[in-house]
Amino acid sequence: MNFNETLKKYEPVIGIEIHAQLKTKSKAFCSDINEYGGTPNTQVSPISLGHPGTLPRFNKEVINYAVKMGIACNAKITEIMHFDRKNYFYADLPKGYQITQDKTPICTGGSIYIKDDKGNEKTIELTRIHMEEDSGKSIHDQDPFNSLIDLNRAGVPLIEIVTEPVIKSGTEAYNYVSEMRKLLRYLEICDGNMEEGSMRCDVNISIMPIGAKQFGQRVEIKNLNSIRNIQRSIEFEICRHAEILEKGEDIAQETRNFDASTGETVAMRLKESAHDYRYFPEPDLTALIVSKEYIENVKKTLPPLPNELYKKYKNELGLSDYDASNLTESKDIALYFEEMIKLTTNYKVAANWVMGNVKSYLNQTASTINSFPISPKILVDVIKLIDNNSISNSLASQKLFPELIENPDQKPLNIAEKNGWISKNDSSELESIILTVFEENPDETARFKNGEKKLTGFFMGKIMKASKGTADPKTSSKLLNQLINNEV
Amino acid sequence: MKLDESTVERIAQLSKLEFNTEEKVAILNDMNQMLDFIETLQEVDTDNVEPLIHMTEDVNVLRADDAKTTISQEEALTNAPSKDSTYFKIPKVLGKN
Repeated sequence: MNFNETLKKYEPVIGIEIHAQLKTKSKAFCSDINEYGGTPNTQVSPISLGHPGTLPRFNKEVINYAVKMGIACNAKITEIMHFDRKNYFYADLPKGYQITQDKTPICTGGSIYIKDDKGNEKTIELTRIHMEEDSGKSIHDQDPFNSLIDLNRAGVPLIEIVTEPVIKSGTEAYNYVSEMRKLLRYLEICDGNMEEGSMRCDVNISIMPIGAKQFGQRVEIKNLNSIRNIQRSIEFEICRHAEILEKGEDIAQETRNFDASTGETVAMRLKESAHDYRYFPEPDLTALIVSKEYIENVKKTLPPLPNELYKKYKNELGLSDYDASNLTESKDIALYFEEMIKLTTNYKVAANWVMGNVKSYLNQTASTINSFPISPKILVDVIKLIDNNSISNSLASQKLFPELIENPDQKPLNIAEKNGWISKNDSSELESIILTVFEENPDETARFKNGEKKLTGFFMGKIMKASKGTADPKTSSKLLNQLINNEV
Repeated sequence: MKLDESTVERIAQLSKLEFNTEEKVAILNDMNQMLDFIETLQEVDTDNVEPLIHMTEDVNVLRADDAKTTISQEEALTNAPSKDSTYFKIPKVLGKN
């Protein structure tokens, strides 16, 4: 049974857990530096090493970040909460327990919007968002006889974002994780780098016959280090489950690892001897209270959110779905565009400039918009020059734009004047150019006069060349048609 | 409530500890005594009483987000029974559990 046939018979049910490392300066429960890539075991202290007698002290910025995410997802923020201990033994967890939130997650409910397989808007409901600490890192492939432990990551603050089982396909999962990553980046609370592990995803998946009420046996997939691999692993699992069910066999409850080189998942451990994490309230930390005023204050610090901007661009500015998505892909680009549309109502042209010249310059120079030399105001000035026919679109984009990159403080109009790029609207000047073109191309002129309309392009090209691109196309084409009729 | 040997084994397994038969008997005895003690406490009516989580009424005892280095790598590794100059070393594990 191939993938498409499978989807005619079975319905996947998918939930996703995202662990997002918060980019606070220090760790969650002690002041160790929170930074990726440090020399192993240098960003540690007796607290993160789990030495006896040490006590955790909670970083207030973690609440701020978690509340930001909660507000952005329209979740309910818990007023009174505490931390819990999740107990298990593993070498990269020196205390023997992880401080997390079991009973009182900081956020419950909430949702975000994504696109489904057909491109329609779909709501993905969240179950919860809670705060917890990361574990250290185990390295298994450097030493043949030992595993090595680096505790720099131990105690780094995380939020775990859990969806309801409402995701229905690999594409939806891809869109959901992309959207969440965008949101985390807009809020500047997590850098969303899956390769470095600052954002990690676990997928829970089962399939059931279409229309069934009872979910199938669930499997968890781990080790997903890119958004594309999340989608691949889901599509692989859907087929694997269907094959097992078609044979009349049962799906084992287990955790599976995704192998990106084969595109397959491999069983990691059976969940039969289920963990008993023996959660209980963390007695070393006081209760937390998040007041209404606190939430209101955090709300005031939120940047515009991608979905709000997307809807504004599409519905209010009348931009296409593609343009609106493209412009809101990164916050910095969107904010640049926001500055432009304060100064011009020519939204489509502004969008084209940002997505065209500006983005390709950023790509070519591997730079970000924050170091882009041309200010939004200057770029709008360029658009205005095009709008009032002072300069042709192609001269503006091919000549003026590179010149402005070099001289971002100069007025576009001055640069255009100095270089003779101002459009020639002046009929007498254009007239003499056109007449010269006629003289130089007698054959074509005769054929054009005899009604060979397809030569318009040929003549416009010659006129543009003769005027070095400054001939205003509208005026030129009008004049061209008048003059050809006067030709003898 | 009385515990049996399988509970002792389960708890030993979760604690990554191993005991011989004699020890298990002693532990089972101790644990049952502890449970008897709790049983006495359970005579108190605690319906409608919120569990006490914190021994202090202080809330939001928080720290500013300032990063500091307090110990060196060498100090961090000092007490480890097995290490090199960079890492803690543990017996080889392949994947979690």
